[in-house]
Amino acid sequence: MFLAIRELNFARLRFALMGAVIALIAVLMVMLSGLSVGLVRDGVSGLQNLPVTSFAFARNVQHDSAFSRSVVDISAVDAWAAQPGVAQAAPFGNSLVNGRTDRGTEVDLALFGVRPDSFLSPSVSEGERLGAADGIVVSPTVLDAGLRVGDTVTVARLGTRLRVVGVTEQQDTFGHVDVAYLPLAAWQAIRSGTAPGVELPQRAAAEITAVAIRADDGKSVDLAAGDAVAGTESMTLAESYGASPGYTAETTTLQLIQGFLYAISALVAGAFFAVWAIQRKAEVAVLRALGASTGWVLRDAVTQAFVLLVAAVAVGVGVGLALGAAITGSGIPFALSMPSVSAAAVGLVVLGLVGAGAAVLRITSVDPATALGGNR
Amino acid sequence: MSSRPAPTASTTPADSLPERLGLVMRAVSLRHGDAAETVQALDEVDLTVRPGELAAIVGPSGAGKSSLLAVAGGLVRPDQGTVTVAGQDMTVPSRRARTALRRRHVGFVFQSGNLLPALTAADQVRLPLRLGPRPARSGRDPLELLADVGMADKTGRRPHQLSGGERQRVGIARALVTEPSVLLVDEPTAALDRARSHDIVQLLAREAKQRLVAVVMVTHDHDVLQYCDTVYEMVDGRLATSR
Repeated sequence: MFLAIRELNFARLRFALMGAVIALIAVLMVMLSGLSVGLVRDGVSGLQNLPVTSFAFARNVQHDSAFSRSVVDISAVDAWAAQPGVAQAAPFGNSLVNGRTDRGTEVDLALFGVRPDSFLSPSVSEGERLGAADGIVVSPTVLDAGLRVGDTVTVARLGTRLRVVGVTEQQDTFGHVDVAYLPLAAWQAIRSGTAPGVELPQRAAAEITAVAIRADDGKSVDLAAGDAVAGTESMTLAESYGASPGYTAETTTLQLIQGFLYAISALVAGAFFAVWAIQRKAEVAVLRALGASTGWVLRDAVTQAFVLLVAAVAVGVGVGLALGAAITGSGIPFALSMPSVSAAAVGLVVLGLVGAGAAVLRITSVDPATALGGNR
Repeated sequence: MSSRPAPTASTTPADSLPERLGLVMRAVSLRHGDAAETVQALDEVDLTVRPGELAAIVGPSGAGKSSLLAVAGGLVRPDQGTVTVAGQDMTVPSRRARTALRRRHVGFVFQSGNLLPALTAADQVRLPLRLGPRPARSGRDPLELLADVGMADKTGRRPHQLSGGERQRVGIARALVTEPSVLLVDEPTAALDRARSHDIVQLLAREAKQRLVAVVMVTHDHDVLQYCDTVYEMVDGRLATSR
């Protein structure tokens, strides 16, 4: 530390420029982290908020589009309910629709068809719970589009009229579309294209998207055994996120960008400290001639890199958080999560240290005899 | 060929100290290069410098003067021969052990001081006390030492704010702060004018006597040899007593 801190102070402009680059990377990292969490929340918060541990979809369904392609016979619900470790099983229907309110507001809705008396029925922060045959409970985020409790939404093409009776307690979105819970029968009618006033065909009344399963607290369910009995294909709740529209592509893209940023951070730190180490060769030779061990010189150099990286990342994270706070609520899917931001900050420091460490290793090869006479 | 230094004429207290407390090199040889081309940097060199003695080594460039300092300070292991500083073997195979010995028993003064740009004069002198696994408990007070070498009013200055002579004074203080047994001085007057050269070598001679340090000074400057107790000439890796 003795030399490291004094060099940081002496060459502060040089280190400040280097720190500014790391800080900018940290800002980008915080923004990407916010976008990642925001997009995930926008994509699957409706699923995350369900009290579900797994979904049973149709057998052989395509995993990345299971919610839109799966059709399961409702008899599978009873089969799953009888499985050991299953606390509750309920039918779950899902589809995306366009609608228009009586006041002419266009809305897109992700319909979650559930039985009003099942464990899937949501709590409300405003209005009434699910119950009325044409009643829907919507995500609070749809209120931003101009929807209010008491409004009526007419589903495009079919003309089915749905009444907003309540608002859920927290953001519920699915595939970046606001969720509307509705009674299972109403969902089955919409999905099957049954016009208002027409009796629901028997076949449509037996079809659901998936069986929603809740395991007993602290217990696990043998999904393979349940699938064998019910003729389904199960995914855990976390696995089912990948079946949400665009989820896998979005998260993979953002993870890739984050990965590149980590690599860039390590490279930038590595390149800077490599040049710094080369410039310090004569100085290191003097230090070693004076009696500094290789370990002392390395510790000093790594400490220097650590102090610089921590300070730069702290500044970058601070700026990123301030920018993020300004963006939050502006319509961009952005949400700051301290665990994600902390992980990104630690990742930047660690990878920066790896790059810097690899670069300063070259000083171990400096010959102290070069501090003398004609060798210099 | 090799030779031992003649006893100095003066009767300083150093004369009563055993030579093993200073620098003793016996039949030291060192080759540079590979099998295809080798240079005999040191050839059967014998050298004894007692505590309090200032020995000068002169000779043309490439004669092996810097190699002698490197071997004496444990920076390089000789191919054969023995080197002891304060009775400690400086040719042990372990680089770490040689580094620890150098830290405890050897001080280096380099050309132009070779000071670290980021450090003030006071920190330059504090530095050797911090180079061990833990800060040294012994050693001299850096500020007091700087005052001794005439730098009391410039302790906060960095190398670029000092003249060549001042940088050398700080370099000497840095080398003495750990109270070494042997001071190895490499061309201390190379970048100095005549007056400053005399000042610096006089300072070295004074410190050698006062602190009973064995000083080996490599130099091209024959003007300053008057302050030295012994003068050796080095040619093609061989050492001969000149005075």
